[in-house]
Amino acid sequence: MVRLITHNLLACHAKGCTSNNFPLQFQDAAIELRDAEFNADFLRGFLPRIEWTALVGAARQLGDTSLPAEQPEMLDDEFLQKLHHVLLEVHVEEGAMVCPNCKHVYPISNGIPNMLLAEHEIG
Amino acid sequence: MSRPELVAPPEIYYGDTEAKKYTNNSRIQQIQADMTYRALELLNLPEGEPAFLLDIGCGSGLSGEILDEEGYLWVGVDVAPSMLEVALEREVEGDLFLQDIGQGFGFRPGSFDGAISISVLQWLLNAETSHPTSSPPHRLTRFFTTLHAALKNPSRAVLQFYPTSDDQIQLITSIAQKAGFGGGIVVDYPNSKKARKVFLCLFVGGGGGQQQLPKGLEGEENEEAEGRALFEKRRERLRAKEKSGKRKSLKDKDWILKKKELYRKRGKEGVPLDSKYTGRKRKAVF
Repeated sequence: MVRLITHNLLACHAKGCTSNNFPLQFQDAAIELRDAEFNADFLRGFLPRIEWTALVGAARQLGDTSLPAEQPEMLDDEFLQKLHHVLLEVHVEEGAMVCPNCKHVYPISNGIPNMLLAEHEIG
Repeated sequence: MSRPELVAPPEIYYGDTEAKKYTNNSRIQQIQADMTYRALELLNLPEGEPAFLLDIGCGSGLSGEILDEEGYLWVGVDVAPSMLEVALEREVEGDLFLQDIGQGFGFRPGSFDGAISISVLQWLLNAETSHPTSSPPHRLTRFFTTLHAALKNPSRAVLQFYPTSDDQIQLITSIAQKAGFGGGIVVDYPNSKKARKVFLCLFVGGGGGQQQLPKGLEGEENEEAEGRALFEKRRERLRAKEKSGKRKSLKDKDWILKKKELYRKRGKEGVPLDSKYTGRKRKAVF
């Protein structure tokens, strides 16, 4: 159940991995689409917190090209619907996330990513 | 019963059977629900705005279900895979992570509008190995610093936990303060043994004393009556009846006669004869 909204917040937290550790890259991702309730207010409030390029990159990796490369100025309904779909309705069920810096692999099984670190990786 | 956190680490203690038991126990459900509502109250989120929350130690999603009902979006982390499996079965709405909070979070700064945690922090107070990263102060420091980073400014984190001593409270609050949090401990029903609940209420930002520590609930746990187990009243009534002496004696005259008849039929020797004295109640003579 990794949605892109959480993926967009997630950086690698292994020891010493402090730069270039975001966004995590998807590997062999199997996705599932599930309907979620549309809430325009929430999206408007959340938009400033989103790293836009990372979100578009992650969506493209998962084969969704509905979002424009540049964040649009106008927040019309059509755009919010697209954003809602990408952020909250695309679930990654299987696969892995790999840190672009230290190459740590966080496997995803059954929709739950395993974020546990080995003893020597704890900061 | 000894405290579960002293028995085994959480990911082992909450195995498949314990996870199911925990989730299906109606009393635990009730207590968890009450504490979640109280934690939300203490979070004091602005009304009408859907917030994005972090549920630390979400377990099987008992608290997450309430967050769903209240219309919040949330992310849950837990270290016990069996509990997360139960959460998947229960189809909670939040995103779940298998994560050891003592290792810290990897969330970007300012990700969440708030954080709640129900009955979790006490699990961080035991060292599982002798490795330096496994000592409680190290794990607490890692937890609080990364949590502080992940919360937006201003916001709150409310963490309910079961401390065994004042030293533990002292340790936790001092480390939280070092991590940059304001706030402190809120105790509900401080004079009750059963209903007493300890909440660590932490603030991020909000300078100038705008954020004031809320008061704990006072009074004589009048909530108790609602919070107790089903059928407890009936059990109490029965017990009162027994005490008042109206209980029927099991071994009355009929019962004795029946038994004697049975023994005679079986040919047992030395069965006393029946008489007017059989099964007679003796006078209380001293």
